[in-house]
Amino acid sequence: MRFISKYRRHRFAGPLLLLGALLFAALTYSAAQAVTEQATLSQSDKATLIAEGKEIFARGCSSCHGLNAEGAGVGPSLIGVGAASVDFQVATGRMPVADMSQQIARKDPVYNDQEVAALAAYVASLAPGPAAVTNEELAWERDGNMAQGGELFRNNCAMCHNLAGQGGALTQGKYAPTVMGVEVKHIYEAMITGPQAMPVFSETILTPQEKLSIIKWIKHAETEPQLGGAALGRVGPVTEGLVAWLLGLGLLIGVAVWLTAKAR
Amino acid sequence: MSARERVAGQVANYVDERTGSAKWLKKTLTKVFPDHWSFMLGEIVLYSFVILLLSGTFLTFWYDPSMREVEYEGSYQPLSGLKMSAAYASSLHISFDVRGGLLMRQIHHWAALIFMAAMVAHLMRVFFTGAFRKPREFNWIIGVGLLTLGIVEGFLGYSLPDDLLSGTGIRIAEAIIQAIPVVGSYLSFFIFGGAFPGEMFIQRIYVVHILLLPGIFLALITVHLMLVWYQKHTQYPGPGRTEKNVVGYPLMPTYMAKAGGFFFIVFGVTAFLGAVASINPIWIYGPYNPGQIGAGSQPDWYMGWLDGLVRMAPPLEAYIFGYTLSLNILIPGLIIPGIIFTGMALYPFIESWITGDKREHHLLDRPRNAPNRTALGAMSITFMLVTLINGGNDLLATHFDLSINQIMWFSRIGVIVLPPLAFVITKRICLSLQRADRELVLHGRETGRLVMLPHGEFIEVHEPLTPEKAYLLTQHEQLPALEANLSNEYGVKNPKVIRSKIRSRLSRSQAEQIAKPTANDVKELEGGHH
Repeated sequence: MRFISKYRRHRFAGPLLLLGALLFAALTYSAAQAVTEQATLSQSDKATLIAEGKEIFARGCSSCHGLNAEGAGVGPSLIGVGAASVDFQVATGRMPVADMSQQIARKDPVYNDQEVAALAAYVASLAPGPAAVTNEELAWERDGNMAQGGELFRNNCAMCHNLAGQGGALTQGKYAPTVMGVEVKHIYEAMITGPQAMPVFSETILTPQEKLSIIKWIKHAETEPQLGGAALGRVGPVTEGLVAWLLGLGLLIGVAVWLTAKAR
Repeated sequence: MSARERVAGQVANYVDERTGSAKWLKKTLTKVFPDHWSFMLGEIVLYSFVILLLSGTFLTFWYDPSMREVEYEGSYQPLSGLKMSAAYASSLHISFDVRGGLLMRQIHHWAALIFMAAMVAHLMRVFFTGAFRKPREFNWIIGVGLLTLGIVEGFLGYSLPDDLLSGTGIRIAEAIIQAIPVVGSYLSFFIFGGAFPGEMFIQRIYVVHILLLPGIFLALITVHLMLVWYQKHTQYPGPGRTEKNVVGYPLMPTYMAKAGGFFFIVFGVTAFLGAVASINPIWIYGPYNPGQIGAGSQPDWYMGWLDGLVRMAPPLEAYIFGYTLSLNILIPGLIIPGIIFTGMALYPFIESWITGDKREHHLLDRPRNAPNRTALGAMSITFMLVTLINGGNDLLATHFDLSINQIMWFSRIGVIVLPPLAFVITKRICLSLQRADRELVLHGRETGRLVMLPHGEFIEVHEPLTPEKAYLLTQHEQLPALEANLSNEYGVKNPKVIRSKIRSRLSRSQAEQIAKPTANDVKELEGGHH
């Protein structure tokens, strides 16, 4: 301690201390930098992921999409479709496809998250395309506007997906699936990639904020309590008519039979 | 005389001295009504109408029939701050911010659906039992009028909230109006006060919905009931029931209690549905905007058949003198419904022309004993069901994994092929039932008891019918077919020979029956081996 007290008023003490502090800050910064880089991907890890994806692709996808994703008779080329498309198609179970008769239906996913990420990385490595998103980075609760989202939904989505988002029929057995119970990132990815019969909603048509508004409206509709009683499938007057005839008139005719039955 | 009876007598006397109502009441209160559940269907219609008046009055207290644009500031968050019509905003206000408002809205809508359903069920009862025959043809026509007005009234009510679903319905109505040749566009401009949707439409249909049509309804229902009162009720055939009497219970006390109680049950069922089942959730649909549309948009069920007809129409258009004639809307939207309702209204006259039967009928037919009429009814129901199915084709496609195109083609072909098929099958079933009735009368009921005779032969014991049952199965009359009148007694050719031939051909079809057993048949059988 005598060393410090002896030299603390030395004329180099100030500059030296400053230098030391700067060195410390620089070292801490570079160390932290190194840590984050490790957390994302080192160049070699990324290459491993792509290689892994390529292997899964060769095993599970290449029979339709070609060995290098260049497309074959059945499946289209995947060069340039981007990671978003892969994430949507594979993580919602649409790919690999089970039944191609009308349209590719949603089902339990075949690959786990790690495998989906690998496939997405591989396809993204072929050519640039829309990047996959995560549920966390879509701040729909903060940035979305529900009323605006509803209006946008009715303008852009309802003609196929129904006013209540329950899905609707397209031609020749094709259909727009329900948007209820779909993960946030998949709704977003569907809008930016336009899977199957769905059009692409580019940023000039719907800004990212507007997309988040639509998501907010959908998520609200999904969790909204059934105001007014049993929803009857949320498909409108068809089930209402069925209930009026079978339950309403049915009950009343039952009562009429009872009222006019002969006392025994 | 007890004290209570004395007081009641004094009250009655007091009223009678001032109104002279005792004589009328005595006659009225002892009026007899026959007992059958199918005679209560019309009551369901009447009671739902009362419920509609009451719940509808409640809704008018808050509903604002205006297309003025307002910004929504009510408590339903997902629509907060949106621009909408005052009509839609006030409907939301009734749904979310008026105590009991949503319940009342739902009761009103459920009552409307049940009103129409019960009306159709009542119509089927009257048709299949032949209750429309002389002297009740006018009442039948009034009934057809009520049905037509009911469809219009329901559609207007469904349109009042001005939500996206109902606005779509009005858009289709506008298209149908415009499809009328020559005057279509003018009529559309007249109704909407300019180009669709205009600013007048909601207040106009509001007045029609709450004033004009309910007024006409009240008048027509009153006449309908007065005619029932005056002509007495029809009754099903049976021992002791003739064309000149009515067998049943008096209005007071039996029918007063039954009918009064039934009103509360109808109200109860409607309120129950209103409380537990959501109907027309307009807040989900959003405000009407002509630029928006939802997949799977449907009208209420009583319009579904019309929607189905329009949906199945092939894309036909004609160009005459440079004008477009939208046959694809005109035919399914106006011509076919016009034919259906005109034919329905004229049916009593058509039938009596074919059968040549101009007598009064107060005893009802068992449907099997009028095979052609029953088959015609089954044919009409089949037609309506096919069109109704096509009205919901998009929902059937998504919910049953079908192709909407296939459903449309099924309907296009089915709407032509299935009704005649239903006619033939129903007629055969009726004739088979007649045959079974004949067997039953002649040979009695099969008891399933086998008896071995001394010489070893097995026979099944048949039990003779009770006289009441035998009477019921044989009381109907079977009219002979009318012969074509080709020439008169002097050999002069009938100028209306074609009409006469058509009539004779139809009459022969009408008269195709299984001969009912006569007293001689029964006697012969009894004298024979039995």
